[in-house]
Amino acid sequence: MSGWWIALIVVVVIALIMFGVYLSSTAGRLDHLHKRIDISRLSLDVHLLRRSAVTLEIASSGFLDPATSMLLAEAAHEARLSTDGDEVTRSQAESDLSEALRAVLEPSDVAEIQCGVGGEEMLAELAAACQRVSLSRRFHNDAVRACRELREQALVRAFRLAGHTPWPLMVEMDDAAPEFDA
Amino acid sequence: MKVGLVCPYAWDIPGGVRSHVSDLAMALQDRGHEVSVLAPAMEPSRLPSWVSDGGRPLAIRYNGSVARLSFGVKATQRVRTWIRDGDFDVVHVHEPVAPSLSLLTLWAARGPLVATWHSSKDRSRILAAGYVIAQTAMEKVRGRIAVSEEARRTLVGHLGGDAILIPNGVRVQDFVGTERLATIATDRPTALFLGRMDEPRKGLDVAIHAWSDVQPADAHLYVAGPGDVAEQEALVPEALRSRVTFLGMLSDDDKARALRSVDLYLAPQTGGESFGIVLVEAMSAGTAILASDLLAFRHVLEEGRSGMLFTTRDAADLAAKATMLLRDEGMRNELISAGHDRVRSFDWDHVVADVIAVYDSVHTPGERVTEDLRGQIVGRLSRSGDSS
Repeated sequence: MSGWWIALIVVVVIALIMFGVYLSSTAGRLDHLHKRIDISRLSLDVHLLRRSAVTLEIASSGFLDPATSMLLAEAAHEARLSTDGDEVTRSQAESDLSEALRAVLEPSDVAEIQCGVGGEEMLAELAAACQRVSLSRRFHNDAVRACRELREQALVRAFRLAGHTPWPLMVEMDDAAPEFDA
Repeated sequence: MKVGLVCPYAWDIPGGVRSHVSDLAMALQDRGHEVSVLAPAMEPSRLPSWVSDGGRPLAIRYNGSVARLSFGVKATQRVRTWIRDGDFDVVHVHEPVAPSLSLLTLWAARGPLVATWHSSKDRSRILAAGYVIAQTAMEKVRGRIAVSEEARRTLVGHLGGDAILIPNGVRVQDFVGTERLATIATDRPTALFLGRMDEPRKGLDVAIHAWSDVQPADAHLYVAGPGDVAEQEALVPEALRSRVTFLGMLSDDDKARALRSVDLYLAPQTGGESFGIVLVEAMSAGTAILASDLLAFRHVLEEGRSGMLFTTRDAADLAAKATMLLRDEGMRNELISAGHDRVRSFDWDHVVADVIAVYDSVHTPGERVTEDLRGQIVGRLSRSGDSS
């Protein structure tokens, strides 16, 4: 065999190896991103649960009138039950809870709660939970966006680097927090 | 919570990012969190106990000025040791695009990672290339923070996606007080300029050019900041020399005293300001402000509510507004009291609560920051170098 042939084969082999390294590192990136999405989703769930828990606590504290308490308790309860349901049901229930909190926590009600024993702490906890819900949702959606961008690349699709991992979904919900000074 | 903070620039050299990291560390400690900072250091023996030596930095021309950065195999080893020993709940790196410890940390760690972008300089082509190289590291950041709207725009422009805006904090308490700077006259209206005198974008020439038209005729301008005093004095027109005094460079305490001693703080900057922390400092000290209408300044001063704005680079406008303010104490007091309210949202005490909320949002119970050795040949090499 002539030297040219050997050189050509060497070049092709090197190119194949480099291509393989590229594919494997991209698969690694994708894997990191999928894990990041799982964790950010978990974190969002933790804060959503904290939010419904403290809402229930406020509802059952007796600081508010019975009608308002019922409304809050029901919204929080629905939000908690929805963890068994599909994504759409969940976002709907959590959005409803955000809306209920905003409708209920008017300055006069806030003052009412603040007067009660432990009311100040409950409100602070609620404000903290609402802020963390909205932050972790933004971080989650950011991870989903980064992952989607990578998965849409032609090579990633052609070589099915994402395997059987489902297409990542953003969490769309109304997470605007009630406005009060905790 | 156990928090690791990474500063990419030398701890011994004053600078915006470095003071941000140190103030954040102290504010977190005040709230009972355990903090360890990793930063390059010229004199490791003089570091406080909560700062880890990230190695001797190299002076490199970077980002338009000389920066002291740490990189290379040795720096990577230090980063890895720090991560292993630290056992952190969250690691928060600053200015991750700077080729230094922050970037290395993102590369060498996995887990709850947060990054803050400070710079708003538009270096699009270099940055775009840098982001491609550093993409694997950048993608590990779970929570992104920008310190200003402009920094946020730069970041989102290069990386896409989203970032939380948390402004720089100011230690408001350090500026509150009654002590004055004795060298500043009390028998006439006074104004102060702070900043590098020889850096054109700080706008000293605009202020000096305007000053001959400022009334009353005995109104005095004080200039403080690093730079060659004699050289700058020579640039002042003869007729104006009796109305301008150069104070040279001031210590932090004297800076606060100087701000408290004058009637008006002038910020004639012509551009390149991403935040305008000095405006917040002036508001904390209780000084009325006249500033150019840069985007960052308009935001800090609430479109003129807590400090007056003049058209950037327009000396005539500056002179007219300075005259108006120096003559009207009531108007100054109005600005001072609006500034007093405004400043609260920039207080570290307030800012650190938002930073902690970000930590909580990226951290799942029981999780730790650990070393990341996946697919990193150099990382493995440096690790084996460690154990030898």
